[in-house]
Amino acid sequence: MDMIQPDARQLPRKKARRSTLAKDRYGYLFIAPFFVVFLIFGLYPIISTFQLSLQKWDGLMPAFSIGLKNYVRILSDQVFYLSLWNTVRIWLGNAIPQFGVALLLVAVFTFSRVRGKNFYRAVFYLPNLITATSVGLLFNLLLDGDSSPINQLLTALNVSGAPISFFQSKALTSGLVSFVQWWMWFGYTTVIILAGTTTVDKSMYEAAMVDGASKSQTFWRITLPLIKPTLVYLAITSFIGGMQLFDVPLTLTNNLGDPGKAVLTVSMYLYNQGFKNFNYGYSATISCVLFLLIAGMSGFAYKAMRSKDGMYKL
Amino acid sequence: MKHHSFRLSALSIRLMLIFLALLCAVPFLVVFINSSHSSLDIIQKFNLLPGDSIADNYKTMQSLVDIWRGFFNSIVISVPYTLLTGYFGAMIAYGFAKFNFRSKNALYAIVLASMMIPSQLSIIGFYRLCLNLHMTNSYLPFIIPGIANATTVFFLRGIIEQSISDSMIEAPRIEGCSEFGIFNRIVLPCIMPGVATMCIFNFVASWNAYMGPLIILQRKELYTMPVMISMIKGLYVTNYGAMYLAIAISVIPIMIVFAFFSRYIIDGLTTGSEK
Repeated sequence: MDMIQPDARQLPRKKARRSTLAKDRYGYLFIAPFFVVFLIFGLYPIISTFQLSLQKWDGLMPAFSIGLKNYVRILSDQVFYLSLWNTVRIWLGNAIPQFGVALLLVAVFTFSRVRGKNFYRAVFYLPNLITATSVGLLFNLLLDGDSSPINQLLTALNVSGAPISFFQSKALTSGLVSFVQWWMWFGYTTVIILAGTTTVDKSMYEAAMVDGASKSQTFWRITLPLIKPTLVYLAITSFIGGMQLFDVPLTLTNNLGDPGKAVLTVSMYLYNQGFKNFNYGYSATISCVLFLLIAGMSGFAYKAMRSKDGMYKL
Repeated sequence: MKHHSFRLSALSIRLMLIFLALLCAVPFLVVFINSSHSSLDIIQKFNLLPGDSIADNYKTMQSLVDIWRGFFNSIVISVPYTLLTGYFGAMIAYGFAKFNFRSKNALYAIVLASMMIPSQLSIIGFYRLCLNLHMTNSYLPFIIPGIANATTVFFLRGIIEQSISDSMIEAPRIEGCSEFGIFNRIVLPCIMPGVATMCIFNFVASWNAYMGPLIILQRKELYTMPVMISMIKGLYVTNYGAMYLAIAISVIPIMIVFAFFSRYIIDGLTTGSEK
């Protein structure tokens, strides 16, 4: 008996395994479309961009190799450094208040009984869905000029200095781009963090309350550490998106990032170099350098967070 | 210091929420209200009520740019793109969820990695590809990539693993149903709610895409809505009423989608991020 039983069990199992193995080859068929399209429209453009970063190409004549000349040029390109600083500054100017307000809202929604939570969530999230070019133009119309709606409001309220020429000042223009970005994204950040808090076990709050922890202690000591993976994910994706900022500063200003290139972002600069000056090679170099910066920074942030806690997977 | 409390009174919480809600809503209200006022009205006073110049604004708007053309063009791109993301996203997710083949994990890692690639940074290579394929002034470069939408694959793989049991696939297989038949007739209908959620997001993303169409489409009659909107400031100059009306028209489809599906959209956002 003991000798037969394992054999008897093995036989049908082997057969079943063979038949699923035969079907398993269909898996390749199902996933093939992804890889075909990704190779052509995803990977090829990346390789081609890298290749072009070593070439000179005006879009008409054939491209020819110029070695590392583009990279040497970018190292001493003041406009590139300016655009990089603009991009980082605009991102910091919206990411910090974005996370601040989102965390405040999360604390409010978690610890106080607010009526209409779903309504607020929906209203805060709405700006995120709207076309960024429409948002940029909308705020341009609201702000630009002495008789813009905002200036009429400020004048009516007797604000000193009104009407304000918003787009004459570098600092104001940069701040406004950050504001519009904040306006578009704080609701999204709130919704995602709120989703992260729903995974926190309610009994942990009760245990903390029983032990006499205040609401703020509970928030800082329990909620925040538990939603850290969500925060890291949001910070990294926000950084990747922020570094590619293009639509809003373009349409909020005069398409050039003026005054004085105050809101010229890296993406705008690479667009101008490519599609206005027809330096496609140099434009590709800007892409590659920005790509390396983004990959390096995100990898660094991810590693730092991971090694510190050793338990987060994104 | 760190622990100073949030003991905000109920009133101040309420005020803050209302203030933020107004901040989100008022810009849209101003757009809708001003789109019915003459440009002179708009620069002379802050309008609180709708006006009566919407027909004139419409005439001015259409005399300079055909907004409906942009609207139509955007739909011609966004609808097929969205359908491709839904159908192929489900199919690819099914391949990863329910089949065991060699180097599956390595291949899936490529899918995940492609999610993190900042696509805007390979735009020059994308442009060159489109030149080589003679696809400038074509919508195909914006539609076909819908087949390889990594986020959709990632999201739907989770749903398939949760909601489709192996026996649901084995039974029709024994009955002699083809593998694609199983996917089309059993798997796809079962995960339709998840597919629909992803489709809403993909539609919005495609509708809002700007840099790609700006670069690839050179003929004016092919411009999509966002490209048109970004150009009207230079065209309409001081025709403010017409500009507000154009923005309103560009915003309305998304508003309608959101009004009907907001619960759905936010739930989708929420489950997507819990994974």
